[in-house]
Amino acid sequence: MNNHLLSRYAEAVYWLARYVERTENLARVLDVNETFSRDSRGNQNWQMILQLYRDEERFAETGMDASADNVLYFYVLDPNNPSSIISSIGMARENARTLRPLISTEMWIQLNILYNHLRAMTRANLAAPRIARLCSFIKEACQTHTGITEGTFYRDEGWYFYQLGRWVERADQTTRLLDVKYHLLLPSPQAVGSPLDVSQWNSVLRSAAGYHAFRRVHPRGMSPTGVAGFLLFHKRFPRSVLACIEELEELLHELKSTYGLKRGVGALEQLDGLRGGLVNQTAEAIVKTGLHEFLDWIQCSLINVHGELGRDFFGYDETQ
Amino acid sequence: MTETEHVRLLDSYDPNDFYCEMLGKNASVAPHTKPVRYKLGQIPVNEFRDRAHDAELELYNFGITFTVYTQKEAIDRILPFDVIPRVISAQDWDFIERGVTQRVTALNCFLWDIYHDQKILKDGIIPKELVLGNPGYRPEMEGLDVAHKNYVHINGTDLVRGGDGKFYVLEDNARSPSGVSYVVENRHLMQRIFPDLMSDIGIRSVSNYGQKLHEALTEMAPESVLDPQVVLLSPGTYNSAYFEHIFLAREMGVPLVEGRDLVVENDRVFMKTVNGLRPVDVIYRRINDDFLDPAVFNPESTLGAAGLMGAYRKGNVALANAVGTGVADDKAVYAYMPRIIKYYLDEDQIIDNVETHICREKEGLDYTLANLDKLVVKPVGEAGGYGITIGPRASAEALEACRKELLEDPANYISQPMINLSVCPTLVDEGIEPRHVDLRPFAVTGKSTWVLPGGLSRVALTKGSIVVNSSQGGGSKDTWVLE
Repeated sequence: MNNHLLSRYAEAVYWLARYVERTENLARVLDVNETFSRDSRGNQNWQMILQLYRDEERFAETGMDASADNVLYFYVLDPNNPSSIISSIGMARENARTLRPLISTEMWIQLNILYNHLRAMTRANLAAPRIARLCSFIKEACQTHTGITEGTFYRDEGWYFYQLGRWVERADQTTRLLDVKYHLLLPSPQAVGSPLDVSQWNSVLRSAAGYHAFRRVHPRGMSPTGVAGFLLFHKRFPRSVLACIEELEELLHELKSTYGLKRGVGALEQLDGLRGGLVNQTAEAIVKTGLHEFLDWIQCSLINVHGELGRDFFGYDETQ
Repeated sequence: MTETEHVRLLDSYDPNDFYCEMLGKNASVAPHTKPVRYKLGQIPVNEFRDRAHDAELELYNFGITFTVYTQKEAIDRILPFDVIPRVISAQDWDFIERGVTQRVTALNCFLWDIYHDQKILKDGIIPKELVLGNPGYRPEMEGLDVAHKNYVHINGTDLVRGGDGKFYVLEDNARSPSGVSYVVENRHLMQRIFPDLMSDIGIRSVSNYGQKLHEALTEMAPESVLDPQVVLLSPGTYNSAYFEHIFLAREMGVPLVEGRDLVVENDRVFMKTVNGLRPVDVIYRRINDDFLDPAVFNPESTLGAAGLMGAYRKGNVALANAVGTGVADDKAVYAYMPRIIKYYLDEDQIIDNVETHICREKEGLDYTLANLDKLVVKPVGEAGGYGITIGPRASAEALEACRKELLEDPANYISQPMINLSVCPTLVDEGIEPRHVDLRPFAVTGKSTWVLPGGLSRVALTKGSIVVNSSQGGGSKDTWVLE
């Protein structure tokens, strides 16, 4: 292989994938919250979302109160919020612009149109009756991107770095989706197994498009440990953390064998540690000792994986 | 609907007294555009407008934007595209092609000479201080033997056509001429939106620009390299021509690098890849000399790579265009081009210069001051249509301001008579109206020179305006060179 990918492109294509995956998942989380954050009187508590992303402080700085409208605006259209959907798509588009010499024209055009579309939106598009539709629109736009990428992106090193970004982000986002439920529910022990509880776990699965798959594995019942275990360990479910980790390992091995890349050992070691931490656990034990803490550990490990990729491939220096 | 029922596209078009690229001199109906005019007439005006709208939307979605810098902000805009093509006859093209090739050949001879023996200066053909004191002159290039004595690998010659139907050279662009991406993209856009208009016309293709450029650049590589790595060096995504850099990198299939991707070790240039450093042999750089190497030129620059000039001087890497070509496309040096061509090639210039008065010379200054209201006054160092005073169109105050500037710094200005630029029928809100156009053909030179059969036709969309620059409200048209 003569033409190796520029480090800067490797990082840009990795982030392109991460931002799109992140956007899709944020749309899923907002959708889930819209559905199941209602209390017994049907009021919604959007504060939870702010806690989930540890954004309470940044949100307070905007001077807005935590009404559904404002929180949605903050996460969908606020250009000053770097983790809003419009900011993420903006970053994805910026990376795509950098990558125009590498990616297909169709990939670029779709992101450019999506970004321009979002920029033309106003608060009126966030009105309650429209929010589910908006979330679907964003989710589908992200899936369109994924489909175009699958169908048009030339398979060389760039493709592998794209995939690396996508699976790192997906693993991280699945832990966050589980964490929403943890934050929102982890209610009094007696509520566990109540109809409300079951319907909420149900929603978590649906938001990860995993309800049907879950039913195929667990034809009856809906327990917190069953769902958490499914989203953490189930290898054949493409959003489970373990599935993501296995994809990442495979990608790094292929980069080595197909393209002769000498680097990537650090990231593989981190992934090995993650896999070990996952497969030696049961969902019951994790829930008992603290699901939140476990999810936190996964997220930290993923940050380490990212750091290793950065040092080995993107040209980060040792201190980063 | 029969042909007579709808308003035909060019029926009410009136080029006034200008030379028209579609109709010819005094609207005397140029025979070579007949098939094009016939096909244009087949498309109802409304449908034409709809399709023009489609074209605009496509450009917007495609993100073909450029950046306009005002004092306060940078705004992304689409370069307006006019769907009525500018048509050039095979005969006119033959003339242009020969003229442009001659010009590039002379520029390369001139550059080799001034960076070596300086015969032209010793023979007093051109004032020494005009060359050696020119900001575009790079002493670092003295004595450096560039491959094939070739400095201007990519050249853009700005041509205009006057009321007499003759082409004139307005200026040479021998540094980093831009616009070629629009030539190709405009054509592709037309092929998608107006396939019916183009069939059976016999239009020369512009699609192979990338291959031709890559071929020429490869020929510049150090001889010891078997399979040269060419890269395109861009200032990055914030540059107003970034779209073009993408286009060129894609068409050539080479990496688009930024300064931060490059590193120079032991006078060799490398790029940073996921598998470590890889050698680079030829750099098509789209950044100015000043920013190429902070160790030699502007120390503040982060756009280039420290040590690049060292590698270049050692012959380990080729740069296109060469360093120091700015002295050749200087607006004051331009005035000497007829003499430069004669001196090196012993030929008369094929395409005439516009008559130019050099204000650094007393004669030229006096003439300019005496005829300010008839002349176009241009600063020599500016590009992009900035700082131009068009005498016949300027207010009394503007003329006075121009006079003051001329007296303060005469060497910074040249003046030229106002050319009645030719017009093209152009789709505007009011209908089809004449708008002024220029033409920038692109010449690519490796071991020999090749001129892309097409070129950028820029159109001044504002009624009556003769400033075609994109930064000043200009747009572009597809340029059809007929077979």
